[in-house]
Amino acid sequence: MSKVEFNKETGPREVFCGLTSIVWLHRRMPDAFFLVVGSRTCAHLIQSAAGVMIFAEPRFGTAILEEKDLAGLADAHEELDRVVNDLIERRPEIKTLFLVGSCPSEVIKLDLATVAEKLNKRFLGQVRFVNYSGSGIETTFTQGEDGALKALIPLMESSNEEKLLLVGTLANNVEDRFKKIFRNLGISNIESFPPRQSTELPKIGKNTKVLLTQPYLSDTVRDLKHRGCDIISAPFPLGIEGSTEWFLAAAKAFKISELKVHEIISPLINRAKLALESHKEILKGKRLFLLPESQLEISLARFLHNECEMDLIEVGTPYLNKDLMKEEINLLPDNTKIVEGQHVEKQLDRVRDSNPDLVVCGMGLANPLEAEGISTKWSIEMVFSPIHGIDQAADLAGLFSKPLKRNQILTSKTLVTH
Amino acid sequence: MELTLWTYEGPPHVGAMRIASSMKDIHYVLHAPQGDTYADLLFTMIERRGQRPPVTYTTFQARDLGGDTAELVKKNIKEAVERFKPKTLLVGESCTAELIQDQPGALAKGMGFDMPIVNLELPAYSKKENWGASETFYQLTRTLLKDKVSSSDKISPLRWKELGRRPKVNILGPSLLGFRCRDDVIEIQRILSEQGIDTNVVAPLGASPDDIKRLIDAEINICLYQEIAEASCEWLKRNFGMEYTNTIPIGIKNTIEFINEVHEKLDLPLTNKEELENKSKLPWYSKSVDSNYLTGKRVFIFGDGTHAIAAAKIAKEELGFEVVGLGTYSREMARQVRATAKDLNVEALITNNYLEVEDAMKKAAPELVLGTQMERHSAKRLGIPCSVISTPMHVQDVPARYSPQMGWEGANVIFDDWVHPLMMGLEEHLIDMFKHDFEFVDGHQSHLGHTATNKNNILNSDEKKEKNSNEGIIWTESGRAELTKVPFFVRGKVKTNTEKYAILRGIPEISDETLYDAKAYFS
Repeated sequence: MSKVEFNKETGPREVFCGLTSIVWLHRRMPDAFFLVVGSRTCAHLIQSAAGVMIFAEPRFGTAILEEKDLAGLADAHEELDRVVNDLIERRPEIKTLFLVGSCPSEVIKLDLATVAEKLNKRFLGQVRFVNYSGSGIETTFTQGEDGALKALIPLMESSNEEKLLLVGTLANNVEDRFKKIFRNLGISNIESFPPRQSTELPKIGKNTKVLLTQPYLSDTVRDLKHRGCDIISAPFPLGIEGSTEWFLAAAKAFKISELKVHEIISPLINRAKLALESHKEILKGKRLFLLPESQLEISLARFLHNECEMDLIEVGTPYLNKDLMKEEINLLPDNTKIVEGQHVEKQLDRVRDSNPDLVVCGMGLANPLEAEGISTKWSIEMVFSPIHGIDQAADLAGLFSKPLKRNQILTSKTLVTH
Repeated sequence: MELTLWTYEGPPHVGAMRIASSMKDIHYVLHAPQGDTYADLLFTMIERRGQRPPVTYTTFQARDLGGDTAELVKKNIKEAVERFKPKTLLVGESCTAELIQDQPGALAKGMGFDMPIVNLELPAYSKKENWGASETFYQLTRTLLKDKVSSSDKISPLRWKELGRRPKVNILGPSLLGFRCRDDVIEIQRILSEQGIDTNVVAPLGASPDDIKRLIDAEINICLYQEIAEASCEWLKRNFGMEYTNTIPIGIKNTIEFINEVHEKLDLPLTNKEELENKSKLPWYSKSVDSNYLTGKRVFIFGDGTHAIAAAKIAKEELGFEVVGLGTYSREMARQVRATAKDLNVEALITNNYLEVEDAMKKAAPELVLGTQMERHSAKRLGIPCSVISTPMHVQDVPARYSPQMGWEGANVIFDDWVHPLMMGLEEHLIDMFKHDFEFVDGHQSHLGHTATNKNNILNSDEKKEKNSNEGIIWTESGRAELTKVPFFVRGKVKTNTEKYAILRGIPEISDETLYDAKAYFS
């Protein structure tokens, strides 16, 4: 392991909670509905993060707790029952309903597991109910997906068939590319989790080889291991280097020679390197500060340093699973400063003191930093854009070079703000 | 428990944030878990603010719940006070913290600070954003001025005469994330100063706690947005005798009435009454021949109470539209909206459910929708032109240019914003004249690019449903053919009217003749 400096920080945070991951999960599984059991704050959070208004009727909603629900839990359970009944009547196309716990539902100890169990009996053969928590007191941003996937594992049937299982939500076009490449490598049985339909869950067992596409799935990985799955240790498929290592690790697990892998992906790599050039020109030597949010920060730092030659000032991450991130950390340059957790005020002091060229941060902080003359990239864009794989490496770099390019165009470094 | 897919208002602590973020030298310590910081992006993204909201989130986690969350609150308060040195501290909790009952306000008060501390108790499970903003502004005003209540005489609106200076007023209610507040304030100040009236304090937007303490230097208060300022105005009236205005100066008539009201309250003679009519271009634009096509346009209105009521009045009295629907999500202003709706012979829609609003919109078959950002989306789906008149809003509703809703310039902006989504007057006449020519392109329009491609949707998409909803009425081949000849922008209305007529007369099948019968019947 490279000599990386680990730090921990606690204090006020500026990070989304796990409910936010509903924004991409519902798009991945269009036959599912995500029902948050929470407060008006939860509803407002999701709609603010998701731009809900573009939908006629979104496939997610909030059962908003009211005063009378807090008075007696028995009534709250009954009320939830009623809301679910109404919802299913209105939306008969729903195949899987996720009951998503929130901060208030966790604090009042609303037992969503029991509710789900009862509902499963009543709607047997029609709708399946699962539950997980996306609460801010337990989860950050992308961890919501971890909870949702973990909740689906008990529904997955067992099979000893040998297969490659890609775990973590990917953009559909990226997923198709990956599958094609794996088929070219000679791996024919490939499935994805989450699947594109919530009812088409892959079967798993001792011959399932799990390849993670996203770095935030600690609990899911643990439960897949319990089901006998093999977890392939690899960095994550961001950038050319990460994706190459990722393909190589998968190939190794399937006893496919390295030579074969290089043969297949070399043209892709050459093409991607060419595409990366113009972005590298802008990013090279620029100083980068990553604030914690999406959990992709370590992989992004690795990509932006190793392939785009940016200098890393500080790499924030909401939490650190050293085991899961082992391969990534190995690829980081020596003396990289990783900070787990956050004290947003102290961290912003460090941002200002270090005079970075680019800061990766949440939307709440981006404009205020821009107003101080610091270029930013919103981290939420990483979870909405297709950024995985060799073919997308230049697009990924483009997300970071664009703000710098814009600054060059606008020449004046500080904009007048009101 | 209420199923919500989308909500017009956020929780009450977001209202408190609006007040805190609007002001200077204030800091708000919010006892809240991770994730509640999403509210910052409303200010930094929608309003494009270059400063973070002055809010510290205690960020308690599940593992803190077993321990001492009260200590966590105190630690955050201490750090926030040291770092930001506010002149007044707001302390409150979001929905989850309300459940664990740490009473952060009481904790803060026990920490021995010199500055005034406002303990905000905003019930998250029964109240919403605007109420939270109103309550916060009220509690802040009360906290900063309560010491002066007994020592002060009642403030006479005529005091300026005794003091030998121009009258002074406060402008209360404008806040961040309000609709065009920034520009309304400039417009209203300009109008008042033309009348020889000075502005003492504008609050909360741009005010500091010191400014709040100076509120009583003015003679009267201008209550610019009732949702935010009425509670404070009422308290100032009760305790200091300060009168406040009731007229919201949106539209020409209301602006004139507002100026009259201010003058009456201050006993200030109004010298330029005749000039007022000509201050805005709206009356003449509305009267000019091109605007003939505006007459009787069917308009559906939904928004916050203040803007919905004002829009209804302008639509009916200043543009000659027909108001076919009026509603609000502001339950606090339901009574006033109902009264306005009654005057207009429509039933008021009071709801927080956007799907209900969309249904009502569909039924009313309007030619123009005036609403919030959500109604803009609903109207787009229905292919109806729309203008946004109220929060909640999108980043595009915070324009770079000066574009108030209030006063003279506000009336100009309203004329343009409401009329531009419609077809231009002469163009509509031409289409009407030439629609039977074979060169005529059905659905031709210069201003509604997005609906041009689905011009037949009104007929087709509704067809299946109509069969069920309209008691088995059938459109015959000839009836349907005739309906397609009707220009698309009135087709929905013609269709509804014809069906209404058929039901009335017990006609089971609608032919081309039925269409003409109905047309004659309703004209």
